[in-house]
Amino acid sequence: MKSIVIIEHDNNNVKQSSFSTITAANKISNEVEVLVLGNKIDKIVSELKKTSDVSMINFVDFDFLANQIAEDLSKVIASFLGKNNFTHILLPSSTFGKNLGPKIATMLDVQQISDVINIIDHETFERPIYAGNAIAKVKSKDKVKVITARPTCFEPCGQEGNVPIQKLDITLDKDKSVDFVKYDQSASDRPELTSAKIIISGGRGMQNGENFKLLEGIADKLGAAMGASRAAVDAGFVPNDWQVGQTGKIVAPDLYIAVGISGAIQHIAGIKDSKFIACINKDEEAPIFNFSDYGLVGDLFDILPKLEDELQ
Amino acid sequence: MKALVCVKRVIDYNVKIRVKTDKSGVETDNVKMSMNPFDEIAVEEVVRMKEKGLIKEIIILSIGQDNSQETIRTGLAMGGDRGILVKTEDTSLEPLSVGKIIHNIAQKESPEIIIMGKQAIDDDCNQTGQIVATLLDCPQATFASEIVKNDDNTLDVTREVDGGLETIKVNIPCVITTDLRLNEPRYASLPNIMKAKQKKIDIIDSSSLGLSLTSKVEILEVTEPPERKAGVKVSDVGSLVEKLKNEAKVI
Repeated sequence: MKSIVIIEHDNNNVKQSSFSTITAANKISNEVEVLVLGNKIDKIVSELKKTSDVSMINFVDFDFLANQIAEDLSKVIASFLGKNNFTHILLPSSTFGKNLGPKIATMLDVQQISDVINIIDHETFERPIYAGNAIAKVKSKDKVKVITARPTCFEPCGQEGNVPIQKLDITLDKDKSVDFVKYDQSASDRPELTSAKIIISGGRGMQNGENFKLLEGIADKLGAAMGASRAAVDAGFVPNDWQVGQTGKIVAPDLYIAVGISGAIQHIAGIKDSKFIACINKDEEAPIFNFSDYGLVGDLFDILPKLEDELQ
Repeated sequence: MKALVCVKRVIDYNVKIRVKTDKSGVETDNVKMSMNPFDEIAVEEVVRMKEKGLIKEIIILSIGQDNSQETIRTGLAMGGDRGILVKTEDTSLEPLSVGKIIHNIAQKESPEIIIMGKQAIDDDCNQTGQIVATLLDCPQATFASEIVKNDDNTLDVTREVDGGLETIKVNIPCVITTDLRLNEPRYASLPNIMKAKQKKIDIIDSSSLGLSLTSKVEILEVTEPPERKAGVKVSDVGSLVEKLKNEAKVI
């Protein structure tokens, strides 16, 4: 058995998700190689050189790979896979891996196993369904397995290696049916919801969008991302992309602070993998208390300023 | 342009799901079913494009049992023109098989835009759009939060990616998968629900398509995740911060 991990990077740095995926690959077999595609990626390759538990870095450097367009990447990957015999192909289940993984699987006519959270053996995996409200244990019957691994479920691999490097000679033309236009990085200095260590979210109890400012000071002090319940989003308090829950972002921070959120099923589904949940709500019967490690009953408009002070 | 919208019948997002006691799956009997919320966004988007005169015909496609006709009717009530149900007895068709069926229908209908939700909220696979695009060898624009049609028959699609928004230009035909921010789906009005009853739904048996739809993944068991236990109620802000600092050690 031999695995290959497709590396996610932003042209400057290897993403943490890649290191987590290498750990996942090592749980399948101890022969793990990585494949990195991009343009002018010397820095990425030298960063990967230090990775523990990897036996080879394969890289392809093409100008048109700079923008990581799935159509281009998948053709290069298919050509690479055709000349090798890997049994497992792993990607992180980030938007990068979700976009690319199914293309690779389809080219191989295999059924991808998405968003694996636990590896039982080389063909048996656990993955969440229904937004994590159930866990399916599945066995892949495909000869070659394409897997996306949920980064938060695997610790990043170590950095004590000295991995050999191999530049690949693959010649392909750019896919003309799709072109990169632009990338706008989120304007906020705050961390992304899906990778934040701490998240503070507001619900309908915030009463209006203006009041979310009360959460900002606290988020600044904790270096937290900001989120919201669907009720707050539907009420127009904050933009859609703040929504945490089954139909929004599924999060798994070390600490999730729910403020004025009652705890509807679909919200709980999105936060239940958090290490700790704290909540502030004036209704002590609110379901959110049943899921929280620490609950504080009271008026959030009293509590939030005090909390901000307390965090000095 | 012609649009093919793929919709899936799933357990309503407000229902608390129950895992079957024999661990074979999730209870779907006597449970409220609805259109997958992300697919609703897909329907809404092409209905808006039709209202702007960019699209001439909207086909609502679903793959499933007879009751998936209800889901198609929902799409027709929102503004779809006609429906196609590909009937299958297999209640756990895998994404690759679903993709092969959509590919087959797309070849017959030749739509310029194939659109669907980025994932279904039951199996959470997030694969079907990408599979269809790969089979059709046409561009994919996944996780769309904005779609703009250009004069040269290309589309600029803004994608919600980790850490920001990416915009790509795709030729048609293309496959688009929708994310939450794209729009807020409408509620169908009563007159439109009545009108939808008159709209045509073609029913095709999946076995007549000549596809090999073998299962490649065996579900060994479905279990409840470890439950979260309710913790403690703290009396004031000071003790909350103290607990988070010294007990949980997360701040």
